[in-house]
Amino acid sequence: MSVRVGKTDRASSFPVAAKAALRNDQLRRNVRNATDIIRAKRALRIDEMPDWEQLRQAASDIKMHTLAHLDYYLEQFERNCEQAGGKVHWARDADEANTIAAALIKQYSGDQPAEVIKVKTMTSDEIQMNVALEHAGIRAYETDLADMIVQMSSDEPSHIVVPALHKNRFEVREIFREQMGLVDLGDQPADLTDAARSYLREKFLRIKIGISGANFAIAETGSVCVVESEGNGRMCVTMPNVLISLIGIEKVIPTFQDLEVFLQLLPRSATGERMNPYNSFWAGVEPGDGPTAFHIILLDNGRTALLKDERERETLDCIRCGACLNACPVYRETGGHAYGSIYSGPIGAILSPQLQSLEHSRSLPYASTLCGACYEVCPVKINIPEILIHLRGKIVREEQATLRGSLSAECLAMRAMGTIFLSHRRYESAQRLARLGQKIFERNGQLTNLPGLAGAWTEFRDLRPLPKQSFRDWWKTRVEAAVSSEEAS
Amino acid sequence: MRIALFVACYNDTLFPETGIAVTRVLERLGHTIEFPIEQTCCGQMHHNTGYQKDAVPLVRRFVSIFRDAEIVCVPSASCVAMIREHYELIAQQEHDPDFAREVRNLLPRIFEFSELLVERLGVDDVGATFPHSVTYHPSCHSLRMLNVGDGPYRLLRQVRKLELVDLPNQDQCCGFGGTFAIKNADVSAAMLSEKNREVLETGAAVITALDNSCLMQIYGGLHRQGSSVRAMHLAEILSSSEVDR
Repeated sequence: MSVRVGKTDRASSFPVAAKAALRNDQLRRNVRNATDIIRAKRALRIDEMPDWEQLRQAASDIKMHTLAHLDYYLEQFERNCEQAGGKVHWARDADEANTIAAALIKQYSGDQPAEVIKVKTMTSDEIQMNVALEHAGIRAYETDLADMIVQMSSDEPSHIVVPALHKNRFEVREIFREQMGLVDLGDQPADLTDAARSYLREKFLRIKIGISGANFAIAETGSVCVVESEGNGRMCVTMPNVLISLIGIEKVIPTFQDLEVFLQLLPRSATGERMNPYNSFWAGVEPGDGPTAFHIILLDNGRTALLKDERERETLDCIRCGACLNACPVYRETGGHAYGSIYSGPIGAILSPQLQSLEHSRSLPYASTLCGACYEVCPVKINIPEILIHLRGKIVREEQATLRGSLSAECLAMRAMGTIFLSHRRYESAQRLARLGQKIFERNGQLTNLPGLAGAWTEFRDLRPLPKQSFRDWWKTRVEAAVSSEEAS
Repeated sequence: MRIALFVACYNDTLFPETGIAVTRVLERLGHTIEFPIEQTCCGQMHHNTGYQKDAVPLVRRFVSIFRDAEIVCVPSASCVAMIREHYELIAQQEHDPDFAREVRNLLPRIFEFSELLVERLGVDDVGATFPHSVTYHPSCHSLRMLNVGDGPYRLLRQVRKLELVDLPNQDQCCGFGGTFAIKNADVSAAMLSEKNREVLETGAAVITALDNSCLMQIYGGLHRQGSSVRAMHLAEILSSSEVDR
């Protein structure tokens, strides 16, 4: 098996990548503006929902139930999908999924040039499908506006819902001018939309194979659901002769009725809309209506490994709304690229490392203050802070099992502190020692240049030195004074 | 009432004035304070950083020290969050039913300082006077894990001569996050500068919170900038009287 998630195997660690992102003022302004707008819209649409908490609970219950019986629902989905005229392919990992997709596209292209149009699918970015298709001589065109911008600028998505969130319209104009050869293009939203429309319409009308992801796969009916705002997705799933849908196995839900819950939660959480402008559902094929061939690739790519642990399993509840990214104070500063994965923000910090059995993205579980803003907004109640702590525990245990890890400055410091805290006498001695030791670092009543790990604190912040008397010293003096005054009387 | 104080290791070592203030406020209200001298750390730092094995003996130690207390007061919301959110889980993972039972019995007697005053003792006027402008930062753990709600505001509004100024975007994290402040120092500092811009815009002379850890971060940044805004734990404001200030 070769589980891969985007380019995480080549990514710098979060602190290193974040440092670079923090130097990009334009990017940070764009991210702050965009997330502020989406957060405000989301808040409005959630305040008007009296049963929001019940909806969240219902969604969590449905997802947890489905994941506990995933084998059952996946097979039910396969049966019903094939009965409706679809063909289901199972892919264990990225390579298998890409090989299946490339073979299908080649087969249907015949002696025509192999080209496909794609509607936004994060899952295809996860398996780096465009790269694989290019290697197979297939040209893929992203048709989601933001994905198109990202593709044209050879960039990476920085947000799971709004992939070009890090770019403003002036930057987009430059990309369009260059890539579409439109020298006089204006920078108004209408100018940019017109340019994109003309460019994309030609692709929609000409290219006969489409690739989609799925927001939901419904076991009961074998149908697939994609929700979006632009209508470009609707074009992609209805206009081509052949449609290939790449679906992560966790996207299956038991019944059509369950959408009642999810279609209330998802648009409000993702874009602050009551309903998505385009909700496309289809099952199999229908003569004279839409594609005549329909293939589904069900992708595992590390997902089943998360099922056995209940805490980790919760990660697969995610419906990719991106609310946790918009709410996260860390994401707000760095944007998505610093995470080194197409899954960024709080959900990325738990999903990316877990899909790859902690082989990559190991710094991501630490890219959080555990402030809890992600959990608060999550429409399916994924307790992201708890999963982050759980993953930190796994990483530390792995590190401690190696000689180098067990001798790291952090590990030794933590061990030492653990031992000190086990005896109040040792702890009091450590307090005295620290008071003595800090003297050489004191400048004008502050600690401003500490050595070792603490240096990362004083690089940006001052620290008041340890006062002469700890609380317990004060308490002991007080008790002694009380005893002696009692004795005196 | 006999109230056992768990002062928290970092308060004990770095911010003794907070423990002293808690003692004074509660004694002024007629309660008896006990300070079990064996106490050290609740295990939060180890647990949240991933050193969960090393946290277990600290958790056991905490429970054995405080198991007979009538009420435990903790002037640190994040320590209370550790105790409430994780102790029971840790006990379960230890497969020790006696330990788990002790944790379950102890939990309802653990109170964060402002919770103890407002929710348990039903007090919002502690008779304090503090003639300064103050802004309040709801620390993430107090806000989202303890759900302290408007308790701290009720306490602050009753302080004589205190001018309470609202902090914009107050639910935004200050960037402390325990070892995050060290491991991701650059991002932590970026978050802090946003927070401190808001703090300075309020024009308040004092920033207060229920956690000295966040205040240490906020003050550390403010002081580095040359600002004279002071950071004080809520207990210190509540213990102030006309005579002191």
